[in-house]
Amino acid sequence: MTIITEHSHGPGASHGSSLHRFASFDVDAHDIPRGREEAWRFTPMVRLRNLHVDAPLDGHDYEITVDADPPVQVRNGEASDALRGASGYVPVDRVSARAWAAADKVLALTFPAEAVSERPTVVRMRGLSAEKPAAGHLVVAAQPYSRAVLVVEHEGSAAFVDHVEIVVEDGAQLTVVTLQDWADDAVQLSYHHARVGREASVKHVVVTFGGDLVRTSTSLDYAGPGGEAELLGMYFVDAGQHVENRLFVDHNTPHARSNVEYKGALQGDGAHAVWVGDVLIRPEALGIKTFELNRNLVLTDGARADSVPNLEIETGEIEGAGHASATGRFDDEQLFYLQARGISPEQARRLVVRGFFTSLINRIGVPQLAERLSGAVDRELAISEATEARHR
Amino acid sequence: MSTLEIRDLHVAVDTDTGDKEILRGVDLVVRADEIHAIMGPNGSGKSTLAYSIAGHPKYRVTRGTVTLDGDDVLAMSVDARARAGLFLAMQYPVEVPGVSVSNFLRTAKTAIDGQPPKLRSWVKDVKAAMDGLNIDPAFAERDLNTGFSGGEKKRHEILQLDLLDPNVAILDETDSGLDIDALRVVADGVNRFHRRGGKGVLLITHYTRILRYISPDFVHVFVDGRIAEEGGPDLAEKLEIEGYVGYVGTSA
Ligand SMILES: Nc1ncnc2c1ncn2[C@@H]1O[C@H](COP(=O)(O)OP(=O)(O)O)[C@@H](O)[C@H]1O
Ligand SMILES: [Mg+2]
Repeated sequence: MTIITEHSHGPGASHGSSLHRFASFDVDAHDIPRGREEAWRFTPMVRLRNLHVDAPLDGHDYEITVDADPPVQVRNGEASDALRGASGYVPVDRVSARAWAAADKVLALTFPAEAVSERPTVVRMRGLSAEKPAAGHLVVAAQPYSRAVLVVEHEGSAAFVDHVEIVVEDGAQLTVVTLQDWADDAVQLSYHHARVGREASVKHVVVTFGGDLVRTSTSLDYAGPGGEAELLGMYFVDAGQHVENRLFVDHNTPHARSNVEYKGALQGDGAHAVWVGDVLIRPEALGIKTFELNRNLVLTDGARADSVPNLEIETGEIEGAGHASATGRFDDEQLFYLQARGISPEQARRLVVRGFFTSLINRIGVPQLAERLSGAVDRELAISEATEARHR
Repeated sequence: MSTLEIRDLHVAVDTDTGDKEILRGVDLVVRADEIHAIMGPNGSGKSTLAYSIAGHPKYRVTRGTVTLDGDDVLAMSVDARARAGLFLAMQYPVEVPGVSVSNFLRTAKTAIDGQPPKLRSWVKDVKAAMDGLNIDPAFAERDLNTGFSGGEKKRHEILQLDLLDPNVAILDETDSGLDIDALRVVADGVNRFHRRGGKGVLLITHYTRILRYISPDFVHVFVDGRIAEEGGPDLAEKLEIEGYVGYVGTSA
């Protein structure tokens, strides 16, 4: 069964509640979320380990390594680092405000003006324990007309709340991939904000495989006209995992583009994926174009995907805006076709799921990652095959 | 060398209003080197017969047997049937996004043979097979059946027939929707396959025009879930002139 909802919004259309968000650095200006709030209604609050209430965020049980070639500048700065806050981000909820206040270090990466980095810069974070919650802060600045790829990898055990600020200055082209491949006990609440300069382009990619609860909030706005943003996501959710992606694209300048595509597969009891895609088109966002897409492939019973696209349009003068959301199961006809050519049921499933992600992996466009991502999909499928074999 | 034997086959599908019997006692034997044509009006159950032999889960066999060289086909999984030497060229090939034709062909060949094909000869074989069917080499990198025209889908089915080299091929309306040039290309492909020797062909068609290019040894008229009449090639000529009127009362 496939449920598809698709809408196109012509100029002048408008619906939904206001996406104008409250923001403040003051922790106490934000209420403690209880789980009924719109922004938290899908999140299992009991698994947040009090990160949203009062759990100290002063842990340091993790290692960070940075692999960068010159001329990329890497600075392990203090909390007062000059680049902190450069994206213009202001915390939108209590968890974010707490982490902003608690982070005592700032990792700052700068891609200098006009420099073209061939090899991806890689930041690896290895969590050593989920006992003591930690706060992290990363700022990435792509100076004018630079071109670079940054991959941020997470693995191991952690209770981690972090900010990633992304500043893409005029004419720069930056790809940021964040990879969540945590151990089963990890909890991460992540806040990304990108500011896209004039004629600049950013590709932001969130890949989530492992972790007990991984909730990534990505917001984006523009510092000038003509910016382009591609916001991509890929997730594979297993039994008991909660993977939540929340996006907020703030079209606050004219002639910008945004394109959102998140795709996920789910398997096993209690696997839960949440995708919320908010797009606000402000009165000054003349001639913009935006589209967002979320597709889920539910591989077994007991898994659940929630998908909520939301467009708010405050000007009639746009080029286009639309969204699509579809949640489907394995297509039996596809599996039959492949099996009728001698291919085993397991391999047929693998082909179909790999195929489901292929266009997205190509779109991510980082060759160094492509094989790794397909391999991760194969490994995830091997889990469900083993489970099924046990049940047979 | 294989013999496909269908005895008293009854097949039903589950519908909202309960079981619906579609095949009502089909008897048919396809021996090596024989070409059988099954002709019949729309809705008579031709595709149901083809899908049932291939093992489509939608169709439930309620009575009868299907054997390949004495082995119980109905007891085999879908993929085991293909590995046993059965091939079904489908009337409506299924789109599988993200899976390239070349990856699909190599995976299927490996599954059928039980080992990966030798890379060099495989590349050559694929190229030759595509040439023989007037298929553009760029086709290999396209997603399986995705966005293919009707004619491309049918030629791609025959490409698989050529490369996977089964013992018994069932072709379900592979001729439908093809223009005359494409029809010739497809028919030539089927004839080349048949000339390899030892191959059985079951050609399902609504129209007689493909029989100008492929000469059947036997013709069966399929009506209302069973074979209503059978004979030699001359039966096809009779159908060409009279249509199915004598069987169903309309020229459907
Ligand atoms: N899955 C199905 N559910 C219900 N009815 C079906 C199904 N498949 C086939 N039928 C019915 O069975 C009959 C035979 O169909 P089919 O085998 O496709 O005929 P043909 O290939 O000769 O045109 C038709 O009346 C068709 O509507
Ligand atoms: Mg048919």
